[in-house]
Amino acid sequence: MNEGNSSNGRVTWEGCSVLLDINDGDRLVFARLSPAAKLKIGNKNCSLQPLIGRAFGTVFQVDTAPGGPCLSPAQVHVTNAEEIGDGQGNDEWRDKVNVNSADEVRDGAVNVESRDNRALVDNNTAQSLTGEDIEAMRRQGARGNEIIEALIANSATFEKKTAFSQEKYRLKKQKKYAPKVLMRRPVARSICEAYFKKYPSKIGFLRVDTLSLLLSMANVSSNSDILVVDMIGGLLTGAVAERLGGTGFVCNSYFGQAPYSMDIVRIFNLSDEICKRILRSPISDLLSPKESSEKILQHDVCNVEGQSNDQISASVSMVENSHSSENGISDIGIDNTEPAIEVRKAPKAGERAQKEVIDSWKENGFSSLIVAAPELDTWTVVKDLLPLLANSAPFAIYHQYLQPLATCMHNLQLGKMAIGLQISEPWLREYQVLPSRTHPCMQMSAFGGYILSGTKICSTANSATPTD
Amino acid sequence: MLACHPAKKLSFNRSISDGDLVIVYEKHESMKAVTVCEGSVLQNRFGVFKHSDWIGKQFGSKVFSSKGGFVYLLAPTPELWTLVLNHRTQILYIADISFVITYLEVLPGCVVLESGTGSGSLTTSLARAVAPSGHVNTFDFHEQRAESARADFERTGLSSLVTVKVRDIQGEGFPDDFTGMVDSVFLDLPQPWLTIPSAAKVLRHDGTLCSFSPCIEQVQRTCETLRTRFTDIRTFEVLLRTYEVREERMQSLSEDGDGSNGSVHRKRRQCSDGSYVLSGSPSISSVMARPCGEARGHTGYLTFARVKCVS
Ligand SMILES: C[S@@+](CC[C@H](N)C(=O)[O-])C[C@H]1O[C@@H](n2cnc3c(N)ncnc32)[C@H](O)[C@@H]1O
Repeated sequence: MNEGNSSNGRVTWEGCSVLLDINDGDRLVFARLSPAAKLKIGNKNCSLQPLIGRAFGTVFQVDTAPGGPCLSPAQVHVTNAEEIGDGQGNDEWRDKVNVNSADEVRDGAVNVESRDNRALVDNNTAQSLTGEDIEAMRRQGARGNEIIEALIANSATFEKKTAFSQEKYRLKKQKKYAPKVLMRRPVARSICEAYFKKYPSKIGFLRVDTLSLLLSMANVSSNSDILVVDMIGGLLTGAVAERLGGTGFVCNSYFGQAPYSMDIVRIFNLSDEICKRILRSPISDLLSPKESSEKILQHDVCNVEGQSNDQISASVSMVENSHSSENGISDIGIDNTEPAIEVRKAPKAGERAQKEVIDSWKENGFSSLIVAAPELDTWTVVKDLLPLLANSAPFAIYHQYLQPLATCMHNLQLGKMAIGLQISEPWLREYQVLPSRTHPCMQMSAFGGYILSGTKICSTANSATPTD
Repeated sequence: MLACHPAKKLSFNRSISDGDLVIVYEKHESMKAVTVCEGSVLQNRFGVFKHSDWIGKQFGSKVFSSKGGFVYLLAPTPELWTLVLNHRTQILYIADISFVITYLEVLPGCVVLESGTGSGSLTTSLARAVAPSGHVNTFDFHEQRAESARADFERTGLSSLVTVKVRDIQGEGFPDDFTGMVDSVFLDLPQPWLTIPSAAKVLRHDGTLCSFSPCIEQVQRTCETLRTRFTDIRTFEVLLRTYEVREERMQSLSEDGDGSNGSVHRKRRQCSDGSYVLSGSPSISSVMARPCGEARGHTGYLTFARVKCVS
């Protein structure tokens, strides 16, 4: 099997998860590829079969085939610089999507541009092609680009527009008549960005730069055992597992009986080897003393129960997921995907951690801790979990609010439990870079959350008498 | 610094031995990398520390000097290393580094090319990200810098993951043997646009590129060059704001006990000047946070792009 998240996983396969970016982010859909899977684009239902065995990064367009609408790879020009201006290339448009009209006016002033828009009257009569004309063209097999050219040729005002407005016009028509579907690899970056854009509450408003910092600050590296509290749908767990690459473990831990949802893990194309490294454990199991088996007898009873709940809830959510569009973005496992297939195909991540591995964690300590638990009291969580870390292990705690982190930091300082404590707030600004029109994008995310980071130190007793 | 063999699982609980690299922590922003050597000592404003006292202690321990001063001994990580390494050049810091790793989609097993190596700050994090099976090939045209970087990777235990070569990347491009083999390219060069054609050649399908430049003029030229062979071109600036946390006592002025901390019992006396002073538990103490007054205002622009997919 050539699947999985290895660097080689650059071509799709049947059962593979993909992120479909329709018209430069207008719609973002997570899908699992199968011959039966279909995706509705505009008013057309397109089979996803043609996407199987294709390279990630391929752009598809909707063609009219004898059997109905069909996705086929769009031609990509490896252009030389002159061709770029003609707007035929693919992603130059991306840079321009964010531009609004206020922009246009000011930017126009910088350009050497003889036309301006003083003579433009928008009275809806500028276009002489009617809806019926366009339908007729389609029936005769016209491709989207040909329709756009016809619209331009029949537009009374196109020639009078500034070059900039012409681009905007083209883009608008392209989206409508020649939609593009970009097939992306679902990795931490693309998954986090897609959720942040379309469904941020599901991932606790964790921005991609903040996620990146968490992974760095917690020194996520191969062969380490990372303890996580992930109440952001599994994004954190998946991102950590991806970085471990099938070594070490990510322990997805939870308070109480019911594990937290990790639906998002299934969106990553994690190989079986990687999935095996994602284990779940109730925090009570991790905290119970290693030797005294009698003492935990009582716990054990609940644990067994917890386990069965775990399995049920996991399989329920999988099936649910495959029909529901609850997810807004993760139109995951699209309409026609058979739930049964879905369950079989989906890798089984998140097995309950067995006694031996828990014992080894207790013995060695976790190599780091990452918490993204908006609903739990930060200090309580950290106070409970910090002792599970090896000494000198780093940790990173995410929160949308500053106060819980400030309190936690203060308590850690007073308790001399950690050093190098710092609260950071990342700031991320994107730029539009175009000849004579470079400036920060008009829209930005003003807030990406806060991180408390630090390093656990030996408790005073420990440093006096090292345990080994 | 990393555990590349599953047998040597990364466990900090192991104790410090002769020859280990430790990060000596005095306080925040005041750290030093020290290689433990049986007979030697560390001398700083807290006194003289004998290395022999450290051997056998756990990483994360507090150790004392002859004068009774103390420091902590930490296990090295790429983040700590960035804070203690010798600055032979300008370096990248955690905000840019972490974003670069995620946005380039550097994962275990990836092959990454980097130029210039500089002080190896980014390289250290790249090595962690490609471990255990990937590789970072880093190029600098400055002979001595390359040599020092090599010595550093030896010291941090990363030499099996990183190869440092001396080469003028702007002049010659990347070596031809990498053609179509590379997952990601990172450029921190004065004229990155000169290297873009070579980067496009070495990158495999859907491979990613990032160029870091302090000046917008560099970004402008880079982006213009990128448009020919690359897509999904995006430029970002990443900064970090850090916060100070403090417990402060503040006088409560509310007349009766309906204030925010209802549990605090207060009695008031009116002074001759008419103001109230609080006695008993006159002040309320709370933990407060505010941004630190100074911060790095600019590091550089990060431009990302992806090779166009020709199917
Ligand atoms: C700012 S430093 C890189 C710092 C590095 N990113 C870090 O985090 O430590 C830039 C390096 O590029 C190297 N350099 C400049 N021009 C070069 C060229 N044409 N080929 C190779 N290296 C070059 C310089 O010698 C310098 O060491």
